Amino acid sequence: MNIYEEALIPKIGVVTDIRIDTPDIKTFRVVTPDGKKAFEHQPGQCAMLSIPGVGEAMFSITSSPTNKDFMEFSIKKCGCVTEWLHSLELGQEITIRGPYGKPFPVDTDFSGKSLLFIAGGVGLAPLRSVINYCRHYRDRYGKIDIVYGSRSKEDLLDYKEIVEEWANDNGVNVYLTIDNPQKEWDGHVGFVPNYVKELNFDRDKIAVLCGPPIMIKFTLDALQALGFDKKQIYTTLELRMKCGIGKCGRCNVGAKYVCKDGPVFRCDELSELPDEY
Amino acid sequence: MVKFSCEKIDLVFAEIAKTAALYIPSNDKNNKAVFTKWQKGTKLCDSHNTQIGPKDLFFPQTEDLMAFKASNKKIEIIDTRKESEDFVIFGVRACDVKSLEILDRVFLSEPRDSYYAMRREHGIIISLACTRPSEACFCTTFGIAPSEPGADISVWKINNEFFWQANTKRGEELLLKIEHFTTPAEPSEVEGEKQRISVLMKRLPLANLSTNGFGKGKTNELFEREEWAKLSEACLGCGTCTFVCPTCQCYDIKDFNTGNGVIRYRCWDSCMYSDFTKMAHGNNRNTRKERFRQRFMHKLVYFPENNNGLFGCVGCGRCISKCPVSMNIVKVMKKLGGNV
Repeated sequence: MNIYEEALIPKIGVVTDIRIDTPDIKTFRVVTPDGKKAFEHQPGQCAMLSIPGVGEAMFSITSSPTNKDFMEFSIKKCGCVTEWLHSLELGQEITIRGPYGKPFPVDTDFSGKSLLFIAGGVGLAPLRSVINYCRHYRDRYGKIDIVYGSRSKEDLLDYKEIVEEWANDNGVNVYLTIDNPQKEWDGHVGFVPNYVKELNFDRDKIAVLCGPPIMIKFTLDALQALGFDKKQIYTTLELRMKCGIGKCGRCNVGAKYVCKDGPVFRCDELSELPDEY
Repeated sequence: MVKFSCEKIDLVFAEIAKTAALYIPSNDKNNKAVFTKWQKGTKLCDSHNTQIGPKDLFFPQTEDLMAFKASNKKIEIIDTRKESEDFVIFGVRACDVKSLEILDRVFLSEPRDSYYAMRREHGIIISLACTRPSEACFCTTFGIAPSEPGADISVWKINNEFFWQANTKRGEELLLKIEHFTTPAEPSEVEGEKQRISVLMKRLPLANLSTNGFGKGKTNELFEREEWAKLSEACLGCGTCTFVCPTCQCYDIKDFNTGNGVIRYRCWDSCMYSDFTKMAHGNNRNTRKERFRQRFMHKLVYFPENNNGLFGCVGCGRCISKCPVSMNIVKVMKKLGGNV
């Protein structure tokens, strides 16, 4: 019986590559059993991954939509589902459904603008999708600045890609920072919000933030201190979700559902919501 | 409109039950009315409303969504959905009829929930005008008329007769099935009863409760009100209000390992529970106050905001009579809306 499509029923995905990024983050490559991309998505959208018997959880799709071959998910080990994912072997099947949520407005509000990406820790995962999308369509955007910070050098996600690809692109500047000094690190040391202030960016651009709530809060303050308006700043939220389609009630904040009205919000829209995210 | 004498009700039920599962309000062993699958001998209780609404006939308390078989590294997804059987629910009050409209807004909006949609398509609803509203009733606050219950067929019980009025094509077809028990009636014959019910409603203790101060656009005005702290103090977070609520629809999805595969099922959940929003990196509603506020803000502000002003409460009064600490939406509305 298949009278209706059912959003809650997933597809099968196969894990075809596992990259160990940091001590607690792995990046998983997922395709369908016949080797295709499970579905098309937009930068910033999410997917529900599950292991039957363990559970289902929402993850941002870290690969760019311009990648037509596969999807990637950078996942930090921090709960039941993620621990299981971290223990799986190549070739393991999982389930996948999506895409969910409103993407970054890469083809509208971002178009023709200079972009400033600011990420902390695993917060780079959702931004990598939009960064690589904008790098792919490089001529559609102005200057691209990327500020990325983590606890230590080992905790920097996508380090190789950042250093070898992003940093070498024309008109792309990468600013890395770690929380505490380390012997083998000659780069910047300090927290992201302070670094953003130090870098003293012009406010003729759009800023995109993702990271731990505390980092978002202080970086938002830093950007506003530099003269940015909330209308120029985008972020992406994370709340507990079960359905992904605005029905189970879990990610409801004010009249919004993060799974379908978000996860991407412009900061002035966010200020309209009750402070519960 | 047709009518028949009350003695024939069992014959009518038997006729309906020939082609569809029939659910009617009937007293259980504790003398509480619950929707019960009719069989010969099931006695109708039409004096007071059911303990819980007909929500679970469309959105069961637990239901299987799908199954999985896993071997080695392979997973097989099994679509366990079955076509719903035709069913008829008799005796649904106006408040509960309205509650289905509210659930429809959630489950039938895109992407449709096929489990719910299937049951909605197969279920015929015969409503029943309230003869004796309870002291906890306040449906009129939300513009609901208990004398005009609606749905596929509206029913009035007046003295020793039932009057059935079809409102939809499905309702008309059902009336044809029972036509040998009925005689034609005029809508004017129920006018007196409608008047009587309206007068009765105006005399209820909560008749003057108003929605003033609530609805779309009220988030900023109400969210930070200091009264939430006091109001939520007594709440135990037991979730009873959400379970008896005909419009509460939050759910959880869980996996159960049967030993021979995995069943993914869904079950009712409650925003009043401390782990409802708990995730690996924290909980965005850590306190009882926040959870308490969420339930009422959702029904009185957020839901109307997304649904052209339609409130997420139907005034059935169940949460009032069931809350172990006598906290309820009416107290919240009185305190924050400032009405009597």
